[in-house]
Amino acid sequence: MNEELTAREDFYPGHEGDRVQAYVARPLGDGPFGGVVVLHHLPGWDAATKEITRRFAAHGYLAICPNLHWREAPGASPDDASATVRAAGGVPDDRLVGDVAGAAAYLRAQPGGNRRIGVIGYCSGGRQAFLSACRLPLQAAVDCYGAFVVGEPPPGLHALQPIVELAKDLSCPLLGLFGAADSHPSPEQTAELAAELARHGKDYDFHTYDGAGHGFFSVDRPAYRQHAAVDGWQRVWEFFGKQLAG
Amino acid sequence: MCTYTTEKIEIEGSGKGSTGWFPLTQAIVYFDHPVHAQAEHTLNIDFSNPGRGPAARVAVELTEESAYALIGAIRAALAAHVTSDSPATTSG
Repeated sequence: MNEELTAREDFYPGHEGDRVQAYVARPLGDGPFGGVVVLHHLPGWDAATKEITRRFAAHGYLAICPNLHWREAPGASPDDASATVRAAGGVPDDRLVGDVAGAAAYLRAQPGGNRRIGVIGYCSGGRQAFLSACRLPLQAAVDCYGAFVVGEPPPGLHALQPIVELAKDLSCPLLGLFGAADSHPSPEQTAELAAELARHGKDYDFHTYDGAGHGFFSVDRPAYRQHAAVDGWQRVWEFFGKQLAG
Repeated sequence: MCTYTTEKIEIEGSGKGSTGWFPLTQAIVYFDHPVHAQAEHTLNIDFSNPGRGPAARVAVELTEESAYALIGAIRAALAAHVTSDSPATTSG
């Protein structure tokens, strides 16, 4: 792996054919490459998430990061767009699924791709990664501290209803990376999700890191926890390396 | 996100944002991870005017202690106004 890559902005047809902005990164070379849809956190389609997208390309994956806040705030800065979406109650689930379906189709159409698609999401994107993997035919999913898969959301963010009942429909192996000090999701909530997945015979692998809370992958925030992030990234590479090979 | 708890109120007034002054119509208050402040969680307020687009926003991220201090300061300032300058006082 030489870590050479290209990255650029593009647009693709998302939910109901809507034009959706995306950041796309791909390795140089002929492939074959697996594909990864990167779902940003609630703070938005920001520089840190684009850096993560490039990281996947550097590791040999076609990667696309849709701007899930594009419709509410086209061209706005990530924090302004996030504030607008928060005020509106969050990203609607059906729209999210349509946008991920479009992103997966975009990756499957790329030259050099092997048509095996994984999804990874952080924070609100963690819940959305699980949601996508339950409603779309995917090959791998990673949930990084996604809140409200289990548990009622507070008033104000009405789009984030619990979706644990979808576990029976999970289409692919699921890797879960959580912080023991997180309260959204709490260790009790991720245990409930694990029990539900086990009940349906699903392939899942959950890791909960002591001394880490919500957002431990965020290198630009005080929540960053080196031990959890380093081990978590290693597990991501092993997981996608196995599930998206071909 | 930590709490996701979001309070939304309608307000009247003005704010000064990146493009100058504009009328405010809405305030969103939440305790969550900040974009910029060096703290794990902060009390965040977005003063905004959705009708003027996402950039019509004045944002603050305050530590918990600062937020409580601000509440006290606002109450003190309003109480002083009511004591010294309210219509009931001045018209009497």
